[in-house]
Amino acid sequence: MDKFAFDIAHFLAGSLVLVSLMLLYQDRLSALLNVFAFQAVVLALSVSWQAYVQGAPHLYLTAAIALIVKAIVIPVALHRMIRRLGIHREVETALNVGTTMLAGLALVALSIVVVLRVTADAGTLAREDLAFALSVVLLGLLMMVTRRNAVSQVVGFMSLENGLILAATGAKGMPFVVEISVAFSVLVAFIVIGIFLFRIRERFDTVDLQALDDLRERRG
Amino acid sequence: MSEAIDWIAANNVALILAIPFATSLLLLCLPGYRLSARLNAGSAFLTLLSALSLFIHKPAPGSYLLVDDLNIVFIVLNTLVGFTTSVFSASYIAHELEIGRLTTVQLRFYHAMYQILLFAMNLALLANNIGLMWVAIELATLTTVLMVGIYQTHEALEAAWKYFILGSVGIALALFGTILVYMAARPVVGEGPDGMIWTVLIGHAAALDPALLNLAFVFLLLGYGTKVGLAPLHAWLPDAHAEGPTPISAVLSGLLLNVALHAVLRFKLLLAANPGAIAPGPLMATMGLVSLIFAGFMLYRRRDIKRLFAYSSIEHMGIIAFAFGIGGPLANFAGLLHMTMHSLTKSAIFFAVGHIAQAKGTQKLADLRGLTVSHPLLGWGLVAGVVAIAGMPPFGIFMSEFLVVSSTFARQPLLAIPLVIGLLVAFGALMLRLQGVAFGEPSGHSEPVKASYLPLATHLMLVLIAGIYLPPPLVAWFQHVARLLH
Repeated sequence: MDKFAFDIAHFLAGSLVLVSLMLLYQDRLSALLNVFAFQAVVLALSVSWQAYVQGAPHLYLTAAIALIVKAIVIPVALHRMIRRLGIHREVETALNVGTTMLAGLALVALSIVVVLRVTADAGTLAREDLAFALSVVLLGLLMMVTRRNAVSQVVGFMSLENGLILAATGAKGMPFVVEISVAFSVLVAFIVIGIFLFRIRERFDTVDLQALDDLRERRG
Repeated sequence: MSEAIDWIAANNVALILAIPFATSLLLLCLPGYRLSARLNAGSAFLTLLSALSLFIHKPAPGSYLLVDDLNIVFIVLNTLVGFTTSVFSASYIAHELEIGRLTTVQLRFYHAMYQILLFAMNLALLANNIGLMWVAIELATLTTVLMVGIYQTHEALEAAWKYFILGSVGIALALFGTILVYMAARPVVGEGPDGMIWTVLIGHAAALDPALLNLAFVFLLLGYGTKVGLAPLHAWLPDAHAEGPTPISAVLSGLLLNVALHAVLRFKLLLAANPGAIAPGPLMATMGLVSLIFAGFMLYRRRDIKRLFAYSSIEHMGIIAFAFGIGGPLANFAGLLHMTMHSLTKSAIFFAVGHIAQAKGTQKLADLRGLTVSHPLLGWGLVAGVVAIAGMPPFGIFMSEFLVVSSTFARQPLLAIPLVIGLLVAFGALMLRLQGVAFGEPSGHSEPVKASYLPLATHLMLVLIAGIYLPPPLVAWFQHVARLLH
């Protein structure tokens, strides 16, 4: 594989990490969804590049699913839901943005140090992709922990899944799991949107998970 | 007759998967809960028969499915408790329908989901492909999320949401670990499907890159450990147990936790076969011990009876993980025995608790008093179950806990101290609660309930028999599996 192919792959994977960091400082839900859609576009580009470089045509399918479902269908559906249900427009955070960003940077540094040290023998493309993928996974996790609204937690989870797909496509020749994991992410998204948010809205005044915390207090 | 048995034995693996799957489709179309409930139990019974036939005929491992000595134990236990719970579920559900907590449409959905859950758990146990195993565990998670939320009350939706979020994070971390295992395997076994087949992986385990395996195991332990309910990743477990229908609490505690544990054990074997990798045992033992002690103290502050036994499940999964973490033939034997005994006892307790909650119309511990007076059979059933789960002789859990403690003294004497403290703390909490719930003046209103005592009695009898006399073939089998586990 020539150096150019490496550079493009690293550029795209690195952009994915940057967009993950951007997700962390969005304070309005609609902006958050737009950034997430952008992340899905970058993921689709990155996966198609892997498909081209590895000569693995089935990965184009993964890229197409990422583009259609995650960049278009889910953000549009969530946008509509926010409008229709009159959900709070602000992202409520458990930790302030500055601290979250610092924690995010620390996580990126951590994953790069860990992965590069561990995979000294593996192929260059795989190991750097893996470092970026782990960063995206950890940043998604961080977002789920530090956000209070259900919608932003779902976005955090989906961005975490983007990291998984990046890792899976970076592992050359990985069998059938890519398609299935994508199919499952679709299923997960449907379950979240169709059942939970709708019914939570039906029952609660807001979809804020703050309201959910009273379970512990009431029930012990 | 013998031809029928031969046919079942020849196709057992296919049947174990096909019966629940086909039944779930059928149940989705069938109206009328009586027929569905019977079909549910009947099909679970057939699955159990197919699983038992694994002892007669063990098919050779394929690239997707695998039957070996380790997973037979899990599969038989899984199908057995799946069957008894479906019998309990029939009478439980009839009452829920009567009082209008569930509609017939929801019931249809419930029965179909129950079979899908059995299918997914069997698939996860049978899978030889670590990707397939992951998919099956994800499917099992999603079905249980839907079942936990089935009452659609405020609390049920909260619990389902919490379970969904934490379960998904766990599952996602496990997928990352799975990908890392594949990346470790790729240079050794080549690209493509071989890198995910467990039998191929274990065959080449010594040649895999130890650093990648270590990293993979951390993710797999955290990911699947969330599903096992190990502290500090257990937060979903009490809510999911308390708010869903009780048959689901029984299946969650008795089976799903074991399925996730089976996944952890598979990867533990992989690491143990690689000389350069870290020892997986201490990590598991630490998480197990933390879960045991934490859950032991949490037992004191519970106000809800299902929540109480959910914390007791965390405690026992902690003991089991600890036993497998300590390792060696004796501790592994104890872990396997404890897992079996815990599944049987805990589901029996939930059978009793389910009917008790229906009879009293509440799950609050404060409102449950004098059950042995007001409902003698259920009350004494619960007493027997709690005595068993607390680890008192003559029940089987006494023996397995005794073995865990003595093997810990033999291998890591210092660790035995916190272990014994944890066991005593949990024991005290359960006895304290039991006294209030079971004895004294009955309180509150209570209505008659048509209970099915057979599943409860069967489980308690099995646990009692195991405590008094373990059949030598079973001991030999467990010893054999325990040696396989290192």
